[in-house]
Amino acid sequence: MSATTSAWLVLLCPLVGSVVIALGFRRFPGRASGWLGTAVITLSFAFAVVTLVKLLGYGPAHRQFVSTLWKYDFTAGVDAKVQILVDPLSVFMILAVSGVSALIHLYSVAYMTSDRGYTRYFSYLNFFVFSMLLLVLAGNFIILIVGWAFVGFASYVLISFWYRRRTATRAGIKAFVINVVGDVGLVLATFVLFQHTHSVDYLKVFHAAHHVFGHNSPALVVACLLLGVAAFAKSAQIPLHTWLPDAMEGPTPVSALIHAATMVTAGVYLIARMHPLFDQAPTAGDVTAIGGCLTLLIAATIALVMVDIKRVIAYSTMSQIGYMIMGVSVGAYSAGMFHLMTHAFFKALLFMAAGSLISAMAGSQSLDRMGGFRKAMPFTFVCFLVGGLALTGLPPFSGWLSKDDILAFLDHRGGGFIALGIAGYVGAFMTALYTFRMIFRAFFGEPVREARSLEEGHLAHADVPTNPATGEEEDTDVGFPGPEHHIAERDMPMKVAMAALAVLALIGGVLQIPGVDRSIERFLEPTFADSVLSREVPSTSTDWVGLAIGAAIAILGIAIAYRIWFAAPDTAPNLRRRFAPIYTLFVNKWYFDELIDLLIVRPTLMLGRLGDSVLERIVVARGVTGGTESAVRAGSAAVRRSQTGFLRYYAAGMVLFLAAVTLYFLVSST
Amino acid sequence: MVVLRNPFYSVLALVFHLISLAALFLLLRAEFVAAAQVIVYAGAVMVLYVFVVAYVGGGTEPLTTGGRTLKILSPLFAIAVAAELCIALLGTALNGVSGKGAHFVLGFGTPRNIGRLFLTTYLFAFEIASILLLVSAVGAVVLARRRRGLEPEIEIERRVHIPRPAFTGTMAEAAGTRHPEPGLPELPSAGEAELEPTGAAAGPEGGGQEPSGPPYQGGW
Amino acid sequence: MWIGGYLVVSALIFSIGAAGVLVRRNPLVILLCLELMLNGANLALVAFARMWGGASGQIFALIVMVVAACEVTVGLGLIVAIHRRRLPIDVDELRELQG
Repeated sequence: MSATTSAWLVLLCPLVGSVVIALGFRRFPGRASGWLGTAVITLSFAFAVVTLVKLLGYGPAHRQFVSTLWKYDFTAGVDAKVQILVDPLSVFMILAVSGVSALIHLYSVAYMTSDRGYTRYFSYLNFFVFSMLLLVLAGNFIILIVGWAFVGFASYVLISFWYRRRTATRAGIKAFVINVVGDVGLVLATFVLFQHTHSVDYLKVFHAAHHVFGHNSPALVVACLLLGVAAFAKSAQIPLHTWLPDAMEGPTPVSALIHAATMVTAGVYLIARMHPLFDQAPTAGDVTAIGGCLTLLIAATIALVMVDIKRVIAYSTMSQIGYMIMGVSVGAYSAGMFHLMTHAFFKALLFMAAGSLISAMAGSQSLDRMGGFRKAMPFTFVCFLVGGLALTGLPPFSGWLSKDDILAFLDHRGGGFIALGIAGYVGAFMTALYTFRMIFRAFFGEPVREARSLEEGHLAHADVPTNPATGEEEDTDVGFPGPEHHIAERDMPMKVAMAALAVLALIGGVLQIPGVDRSIERFLEPTFADSVLSREVPSTSTDWVGLAIGAAIAILGIAIAYRIWFAAPDTAPNLRRRFAPIYTLFVNKWYFDELIDLLIVRPTLMLGRLGDSVLERIVVARGVTGGTESAVRAGSAAVRRSQTGFLRYYAAGMVLFLAAVTLYFLVSST
Repeated sequence: MVVLRNPFYSVLALVFHLISLAALFLLLRAEFVAAAQVIVYAGAVMVLYVFVVAYVGGGTEPLTTGGRTLKILSPLFAIAVAAELCIALLGTALNGVSGKGAHFVLGFGTPRNIGRLFLTTYLFAFEIASILLLVSAVGAVVLARRRRGLEPEIEIERRVHIPRPAFTGTMAEAAGTRHPEPGLPELPSAGEAELEPTGAAAGPEGGGQEPSGPPYQGGW
Repeated sequence: MWIGGYLVVSALIFSIGAAGVLVRRNPLVILLCLELMLNGANLALVAFARMWGGASGQIFALIVMVVAACEVTVGLGLIVAIHRRRLPIDVDELRELQG
């Protein structure tokens, strides 16, 4: 079995799983669809490992394979093939994606039990994994666009999974619409590239990029900016980020998979994959880096004041992706990808633990109502703590090594990038603050009612299920969450998944310790070998200096968080009062939603209403169709008036015409 | 003939006209045609006409009701046609022909000549004419026969009022929007056949239409 | 023998017949006027036949007479049928083809 065959099998497994689960919708008993879905993804992960092994069997210079399943068509110069590219970057991604997905599937098997839409959930989730793998393995722009669109669709159906909740369906639509903006950017970028390079194949485009485009040529900058738009939309960077916090309406495992580990990293992957283009157009890279940096800071500030625990984690994701985008935009490719991997581990873990916590709170997600769960949920606490420490970047957790890898690179590159690096450290400080704000508020302090009842062994249960955001009453039938709540301490699958991720979050960093080993960098080197920037490797000492600074900032952040939220609990309200205007700005999410509503949503709605009332009703219905209709009717009525039924009139007509014809001939013959 | 009121008088006028025309044919030396005109046209066809006019009647018709426009316009049309034809004939057409006429061929209008032509050059027309006569004879018989036993001679407009509940047999009943009320409406007095147009039971809906008009008055 | 006279007479007969068709309301009389028109045509035919010497015109005139006879037969049959059905013998009333 060659590397490409196993890569195709990686793709095939989740697709088959999705279809089989969907077809057997009513027949699967109990949790069978869940186990089937998990098994399929695990199989996919196994094939990904096989692909890795096969790939490593070749020398570093030869690890690039293109495999075409079939040639679809060749029209207008566009060679549309169903084609995958197997190289270190894509293998890295499929390993990360399928691995984390398998664990999240395992978690969901227990978490989503008793939900009436259980089978539908797993079909959708498998389809999502398939689309993500397709996106990552794509060998040409067309398959990339297909995968991109599918992933957006899967995100939509999974966010609005509880479709009878208005907030959920609205969030799904919002996510989809903003993703479409990204799709447009991607398609336009493909057009521009095709126009100049006459190909949609990755390798051909990359190869041609050096010849066809000059350094920073406007066309290439435009194309890369459009790719940047696509990446920003998918990865929820400012200004296309407003969908991500709303996407927390979906079930927690969905948030873990899509909005932490995989889909939102598609943007990072895109920029990393298109690095030959971005190398030639550094301006675009600078723009995306600045965008990532801004996101990093703004998202961290918002996370500081959010009350909904899932939204805190969502903004944290946004912020961390900002790091990754910053990294791959300036050339820290392997560092960025490394951070992607470790982030997948600890962010998924955080979401899983948050899911367990929310279940213990009988569905409530508000930090204001949580407290003191440390004794009641020890396992969840440990997992949350591990994830939080990894996120904060404390040694020896994986997050420390990966995040500071990026920042060290930025410092190394010097010039304006140092500013980005400093911003990164500021962000790291805020990360520590908001992470431990969560931990201290949820797990420390006085145990709340739910915690106390859990300590006694009763899992809290809401009498009337309500929408956590609006408080509307719901029921537990299909389209709403199921009646049962599952916490990690009681459900084995959840425990196993979280434990695996916790271990990975803890030790994942060993893959790239500066000065010791650089396995990720070496593994990804063939992909990025053509990039000038990848040769700029910061020296080990620079790396360790950066790591030390990172660790120091993390500890400082934890200490201050301890002071504010644990040791002296009135500090937080006091600070809020002292800095009220800033607090208002943060709580309103920097007014981005309102801005977009004003600038885009309202004009579009007005245009639509105008179109309906004027264009549709008056012009089309009354003017065009009504006009044609009444013209025909008038014509017919006029003609019908000649059919009087009076014989003599008909005869008179004949005589009249006879006279007229004779007159004509008389006149014309003179 | 055209303006005579009584159709009888018109028929007689036409007979006189036909005989005059036969005289004109004689002047043109077309003896056979003249004879045929008198015997066939005036003798057979007009007799048929007389019979029919006697049967059908058709009294004096009032010329004034309706079609006033046409009464004024049609003479104008006719005069226009006549004038144009005359101009055509007298003005230009006859310049192309000599007014003298052709040399008289002996036996121009004799039956012998006509018969020879009929049975040689114009045989096809001859045969077709006979078939045409046959067809018209059959057609006339079919049209005018009395259909005994097939349809009773009932006027279309008169129907005996059969007592039925309101709305039976209407489209509204078929569509299910109205149901016939139970019980029969009050019977009319015995022996009286009420003349009602059909669908009278649906009177309220159909009351707006003229009763004697055709089913549709135009429009969709 | 000036042929123009015959032709003028034929035109006049034709026009008078046409006027009659348009003016009268009794279908019987309309048919009579139709006969008149046919006669006018016949006259013209025979006149031309005389002028040109060939006898085809007369043949044609005889055939026209035959056709006129058939047409009268059928037309009168129709009128009899209408009368039988008690419909008014008036072309202005018989307008089922209206609309």
